[in-house]
Amino acid sequence: MRYRNYTRINHLTPGLQNEPEFYTFNANRMNTEDTNHDTPHITMEDRLWDYIDGLGSPAEQSAIEALIAANQEWLRKYRELLDVHQLMTSSELDTPPMRFTKNVMEEIARHHVAPATKNYINKNIIRSIGAFFLSLIAGLLIYCLSQFKWSGSSSSRMVPSYDLGLDKFDYSKVFSSLPVILFMLISVILGLVLLDLYLQRKKQQVS
Amino acid sequence: MVTYIELTDTEIIKRVLQGEQALFAQLVQRYQQYVFTLVGRFTASREDAEEISQDIFVKAYRSLADFRGEAKFSTWLYTVVRTSCITFLRKKKLDTTSLDNERTFLQLESKESGFKANMIEQKSRHAMVNAAIQLLSPDDSQVLTLFYKGEQTLEEIGRIMGLDPNTVKVKLHRARNRLKEKMEKHFSYAVQELHED
Repeated sequence: MRYRNYTRINHLTPGLQNEPEFYTFNANRMNTEDTNHDTPHITMEDRLWDYIDGLGSPAEQSAIEALIAANQEWLRKYRELLDVHQLMTSSELDTPPMRFTKNVMEEIARHHVAPATKNYINKNIIRSIGAFFLSLIAGLLIYCLSQFKWSGSSSSRMVPSYDLGLDKFDYSKVFSSLPVILFMLISVILGLVLLDLYLQRKKQQVS
Repeated sequence: MVTYIELTDTEIIKRVLQGEQALFAQLVQRYQQYVFTLVGRFTASREDAEEISQDIFVKAYRSLADFRGEAKFSTWLYTVVRTSCITFLRKKKLDTTSLDNERTFLQLESKESGFKANMIEQKSRHAMVNAAIQLLSPDDSQVLTLFYKGEQTLEEIGRIMGLDPNTVKVKLHRARNRLKEKMEKHFSYAVQELHED
């Protein structure tokens, strides 16, 4: 049956124009009736797309079929989405030039298949290096703890005492030296750059 | 009577790794259209698309030993496509932080100039669809192509693009809506004429 849906194309569904934030997918909405009157088309569209793509359970597919059969709005929207779907399935692949395969084979004749990375990256070596550093850290920790004078006090807690001489240390000299200031400045800038990259990546994933 | 048995991707890869380099041509022929179409979503220039596609197959050949067979070969190949195209865009010194941005793609060439007249002349549905897809951002056109032409599931597309399958689903929905908008904006009357034919 031919139907002229493209006459409806110019009547954009209200609320969907230039509002990318509308398109939030909620897989848990399984209501047979869409009760969200503020954004009725979002849930309907998502469910119709799932129906067209063949996703969703058989029960959901049957529910959508019933809605399409009984509700004019659902039927109209279904036809609209089906047109887009059929447009995509009817699109064709681009064909490269005739010599493409030959060009590729001529090029790969000059190359060899590289050995698999698992064959030249020995995980045992990486584990050994990791174990070395961990044992080094553990050894230093044990040495530092052994330097404490563990003495008992009136309370039942063991209070280690160790004179680090912190009260004699002049902090102002550390933070007034130029190399330290430069180092802190560079660290702050690098930290902000990394934070920005991380947030941009998160934003990209969300969009 | 000689019966031609088509080898599976895994069988071809196994034999190529054993030294039968010429068999790789079967993989090239099998996937060249998909790769070329996908690359075409990142660049408007056919020459660039051809060069990048060839590089992709060469890279795939050289890295063949790293294909572990956990996913389909096509999924693995399309991952190579994506990374190669992003590298290409970086070399062109374009902003790749958001491939969702149509401006990124429009910086390569002006996509919206002059094509409308050509498409009307051709009056071909698939030509109009391809032209409308070319107007989308690389991410949108890629997700549409992978889903409809690359025969990839949402999970596989997620693996290729480094996204969660639910995120891919949202992207797919948005891409289809944007495609619809492009068709409405540029081809509504022409498509109406097609329907009336």
